[in-house]
Amino acid sequence: MTARKVFRNPLAVAALVILLVIVLASIFAPLVAPHSPTALRLDKINAGPGSGYLLGGDGAGRDIFSRLLYAGRNTLTGAVIALSVALVLGVVSGLLSGYYGGLLDGVLGWGANLLMALPTMIVLLALFQALGSSIYLAMVAFGVMLSPGFHRLVRSQVMAVKHELYVDAARVSGLSDPRIIGRHVLLVVRAPIVIQAAVVAGIAIVVQSGLEFLGLGDPGTPTWGGMLQDAFTNIYTSRVAIWWPGLTIALTVASLVLLGNAIRDVIQRTERPRKPPKPPELVPATPDADELPLLRITNLTVGYPSSDGYREVVHGVDLDVRHGEVMGLVGESGSGKTQTAFSVLGLLSPGGTLLGRSSIAFDGTELARLPESERRSLRGRRIGYIPQEPMSNLDPCFRVGEQLVEPLRAVSGLSKQAAVAEALHLLERVGIPDPRRTFAAYPHEISGGMAQRVLIAGAVSGKPDLLIADEPTTALDVTVQADVLELLRGLQTEFGMAMLLVTHNFGVVADICDRVAVMQDGRIVEVNDVRPLFASPQHPYTQTLLGSTLEDSTPRTRLEVNHA
Amino acid sequence: MFGFIGRRLVACLVLVAVIAGITFLLAFSGTSNVARNLLGESATPDQLAAKNAELGLDQPLLAQLGTWAGHAVRGDLGISWFTNEPVAQAIANRLPVTLSMVVLAVSLTALISVGLGVAAAVRGGWLDRVIQVLSVAGFALPNFWVALVLVVFFSVTLGVLPATGYVRLSESPGSWAAALVLPVVSLVIGSTASAAQQVRGAVIDVLRQDFVRTLRARGISPRSVLFRHALRNAAIPALTVLSLQFIALLGGAVVIEKVFAIPGLGTLTVNAALQGDVPVLMGVVVTLVVLVVIVNLVIDVVSGWVNPKVRVQ
Repeated sequence: MTARKVFRNPLAVAALVILLVIVLASIFAPLVAPHSPTALRLDKINAGPGSGYLLGGDGAGRDIFSRLLYAGRNTLTGAVIALSVALVLGVVSGLLSGYYGGLLDGVLGWGANLLMALPTMIVLLALFQALGSSIYLAMVAFGVMLSPGFHRLVRSQVMAVKHELYVDAARVSGLSDPRIIGRHVLLVVRAPIVIQAAVVAGIAIVVQSGLEFLGLGDPGTPTWGGMLQDAFTNIYTSRVAIWWPGLTIALTVASLVLLGNAIRDVIQRTERPRKPPKPPELVPATPDADELPLLRITNLTVGYPSSDGYREVVHGVDLDVRHGEVMGLVGESGSGKTQTAFSVLGLLSPGGTLLGRSSIAFDGTELARLPESERRSLRGRRIGYIPQEPMSNLDPCFRVGEQLVEPLRAVSGLSKQAAVAEALHLLERVGIPDPRRTFAAYPHEISGGMAQRVLIAGAVSGKPDLLIADEPTTALDVTVQADVLELLRGLQTEFGMAMLLVTHNFGVVADICDRVAVMQDGRIVEVNDVRPLFASPQHPYTQTLLGSTLEDSTPRTRLEVNHA
Repeated sequence: MFGFIGRRLVACLVLVAVIAGITFLLAFSGTSNVARNLLGESATPDQLAAKNAELGLDQPLLAQLGTWAGHAVRGDLGISWFTNEPVAQAIANRLPVTLSMVVLAVSLTALISVGLGVAAAVRGGWLDRVIQVLSVAGFALPNFWVALVLVVFFSVTLGVLPATGYVRLSESPGSWAAALVLPVVSLVIGSTASAAQQVRGAVIDVLRQDFVRTLRARGISPRSVLFRHALRNAAIPALTVLSLQFIALLGGAVVIEKVFAIPGLGTLTVNAALQGDVPVLMGVVVTLVVLVVIVNLVIDVVSGWVNPKVRVQ
């Protein structure tokens, strides 16, 4: 399956053909080569190409073409040796490390780090005589030094699959460890190993040639590196001779790398359309003469480029958010609610495009057709954003305070002192017990609940008219959720903000929202005030959602208590 | 921060000791022919035994290691078997030459690869494709072969730059620079190709992070998002890439020195390797491992300073 896809990539096929030709020509060198690699002819010393010798003669009058073929045997054998040693050592140690973990993993990981700190070329030179002055033994040593690459790769992959259900199932059903590793784990790591092997083989060829170029190795047997050395000593007499071995090495290594890349692309499915198709022109929206709400979304259609045009994820959403109200946008994950929210912010993921008659009218301004620079001036000032996952939404490299001060200064043009004072005030307002300490802390030094309060402080710092909150409590502890919701409600009333609250949780909706829109598969299926929607949901999907919420019953109970 | 550096320092010392020990045991295990190589075929068994005793090779391997290590910690790396020059002095004479080449190459690699990598990550398009092609080419073309091609073109054909000969900076800065142009360029081409692609990947990774969207949602200028926040976060993987390039370039310099006949550590090592001058080889390995460890330590400290989260681990 994978192989067939790789063969569809013309570059991969070319690379494979070149590799095959080089390998076969090396194996069958005695049949293919027109001359003996060691036959000397004094009249052909440093002869140019075509003079009886296809690619000319070397410094001793030997046929360069024939020597290239024979040299391929030695150089490729060396590469195979290094690769085999690295593969066996790295894969076995990686499997053990990843599968058993603990002390074994610690020791093996330390060994891998140690090998990676070695300047390999120097160590190979230093050990050359001790290893018996053989290039093949040097390649065994080099294989050991290359093994950490495989070790790390296999280890991380094994760690990832170790706790997959099917591996657990295999363990429970009584399969022995070696059989689990062989049958389930190796299967997963197969492809990345192949890719890494292509790279390692390339490195081995280059390094081996380097050693031979330096004069280490058997002068009696032709090698690509040895031929380069010969060409180098004769560089003032024959300038072309350096090209043949060099190009052969480059062609072989490049083919290996390209083949590896092609396999990686197939596995990771990184194949993208060459150029994203041009998005269709936005059709001007019909202006609505009636009094507009703060935010009016009409016909919102969001698409991402795919191999055949644009794949729609939001299909014509209409939604109003009035001044000062809390609008809930509810739906399962993948229903397009976050895409809708990001469209209002103008922060869709790369490739995300508004299509067709999409219109986002914010306070009378059409955002869908606004240039990016003007949209940016709205963000932070008039539209605020509270993200879902607190820890990943703070820049780990900057102190919490700086992350509040920078936008304050950018948005409100405050002096540094004033911005610091304002940031401290905001931190206090969102209920952080020791604002100065949190101000000076790095994100990893504060808890998730604190981080979410910091993000809320940041979102309201520009006193926006509209706050977009994307699942603001989902990532938090249950005990913290209620506090954060209460904080949001308080800020919303205090600043008179409108809020578009994206959530999948009807409990949150019941707690804080005035109206709700229910989204399914990129469409809004029902919009209503909170109480009627809970009391008599019209759309079957809303009924199902509410029904499933009922099973864990707390939100519903709370609703009844709140609104009784 | 000091605890962090202290812990790293201990780990580094252990690393140097282990590598030195293993290399010593491997390198000194194959020294049975040394006395004969030094004295020639006509040497009598008595003379050979005397030479072995003089070099300390009659001792058990572990005892030899102990003696060597005892001297090494005091900066005495022994004496070359073939030139009788103190190893530490031979290395001290040649290290600056190699280092000037490698440091220049790493600095240029950093400058070019960060520029190219960031541009490709942000702009994409043709620049992205250029980097992809470059990275394969840079990997597939051995740097010593690139050096040969440069020599043929600039020295043999055009005659504008010297093919061989190294001039000390103190003698003539102009000639020093001219002598280093081709060696440094041949090193930089390969290392830039691979580093640029990794910098590109690091920047793309950071730009995909949630906090970048949040920063943009706060109304911060794209310039600040890219250069203040994204670059600082991408600096950590980029620094790791550069430290690996530094190790690779030390190895690359060995071969490049041969092409340009530069009297650096590489030439010293190659000659010692061909002769079997084990004390010199040991000295070079230990010196370079210490150098690599120092560079890694500096990178660790800088990473910890750039991103305090790194310090916690």
